[in-house]
Amino acid sequence: MLTKRIIPCLDIKDGRTVKGVNFVELRDAGDPVELAKIYSDEGADELVFLDITATVDKRKTLAELVTKVAKAINIPFTVGGGISTVEDVKVLLNAGADKISINSSAVKNPGVIDEMAAEFGSQCIVVAIDTRDVDGRDYVHTHGGRKPTLLQTQAWAQEVCDRGAGEILLTSMDHDGTKAGFSNELLAEISSALSIPVIASGGAGSMAHFRDVFTFGKADAALAASIFHFKEIGIPDLKSYLGNEGISVRK
Amino acid sequence: MKTAVIKYNSGNVQSVLYALERLGVDAELTDDPEKILSADKVIFPGQGEASSAMRYLKARKLDQLIKEIKQPFLGVCLGLQLLCEHSEENDTECLGIFPVKVKKFIPENTQEFKVPHVGWNELENLSDNPILKDLPANPFVYYVHSYFAELSEMTIAQTHYIHDFSAMLHLDNYYAIQAHPEKSGEVGEKLLSNFLSI
Repeated sequence: MLTKRIIPCLDIKDGRTVKGVNFVELRDAGDPVELAKIYSDEGADELVFLDITATVDKRKTLAELVTKVAKAINIPFTVGGGISTVEDVKVLLNAGADKISINSSAVKNPGVIDEMAAEFGSQCIVVAIDTRDVDGRDYVHTHGGRKPTLLQTQAWAQEVCDRGAGEILLTSMDHDGTKAGFSNELLAEISSALSIPVIASGGAGSMAHFRDVFTFGKADAALAASIFHFKEIGIPDLKSYLGNEGISVRK
Repeated sequence: MKTAVIKYNSGNVQSVLYALERLGVDAELTDDPEKILSADKVIFPGQGEASSAMRYLKARKLDQLIKEIKQPFLGVCLGLQLLCEHSEENDTECLGIFPVKVKKFIPENTQEFKVPHVGWNELENLSDNPILKDLPANPFVYYVHSYFAELSEMTIAQTHYIHDFSAMLHLDNYYAIQAHPEKSGEVGEKLLSNFLSI
């Protein structure tokens, strides 16, 4: 049976992890490769690396990091942050990334989704959508969720699917950082409407939240950062909990 | 031991090379017929679209070369599909090593079954075969694909997604796996090292 995926997310700046991590076994707390290896050994199903490096000249550092990660780990990983052209994608896939994720650049120029999917195949194109509730309706936000757009989230999700995205990474900015649970209602609505997998992000605080996002939220995968980095939830514990709750996970 | 990885217009070859590097294997990415024919093991990776891959192979006569290979040969993902007889992906005549048809996943219920089939799923009904030696029961492997090979007498492991399909095939010196062993954790590494010990 196809399992639900658990995906830790690592924020990267200038080739180093930025969010504080609380792993005693890490020799170098800022080394993304070492952290990636630990998550992979613990049973993470995939990893996401989100590059928040601001400057273009530092992008080379990202490609070098991708190669180091690809050499070190034996599970799939996605790289996102600042990717806007087919050439950007080519560099990262050639460096060894399995998938890339695009966000603001897709909103600015939706045709780039079609171009990337045609060039590299849908399976490696993840479109990340940051959404926020505005007066009871869901709208896409860009620039780390700060900038509202006029795009309705559900309509945009359908459009990126039609344009050839392979997966959607949906982050609820209203839930992100709250540790109060995922945005299950919106996730279920979008996941049910689309023919491609949906990765849920934003709001993970307890193991029950993961159960709920897979049942009520109909998510295919769930992503979280700080609760894994600070060891509030261990991946082996989470997987055995989900297994006991009747959710199919890889052991 | 020399391992040749066939170079053609396929994506994700780098991951296969890195996986072989982790296993300490001397592998070379090449489309040179001499190097391929003289290698001890040949790996045919794959990611992409069937008809353009077949066109590329034919233009370089790699299609004939693959049929002549006598060494242990492993097709991965699209590599498995290309070793079959025919693919529904753009109605493509494939290499025909395995007399098996490749079909598209068409879910009756799109809410329950997304296409592509992405993620970790189990290998079931494992045959007694050297490539499957010493694996845990129903091991998990990582999949990304929209087309699948039907079950056949050559199926040595199957997976269920919408239908039961051929997760792995074997005939003579030809082996094939639909999942990505290079991305399937320890199970994937075991499958690759089993193949390399055949």
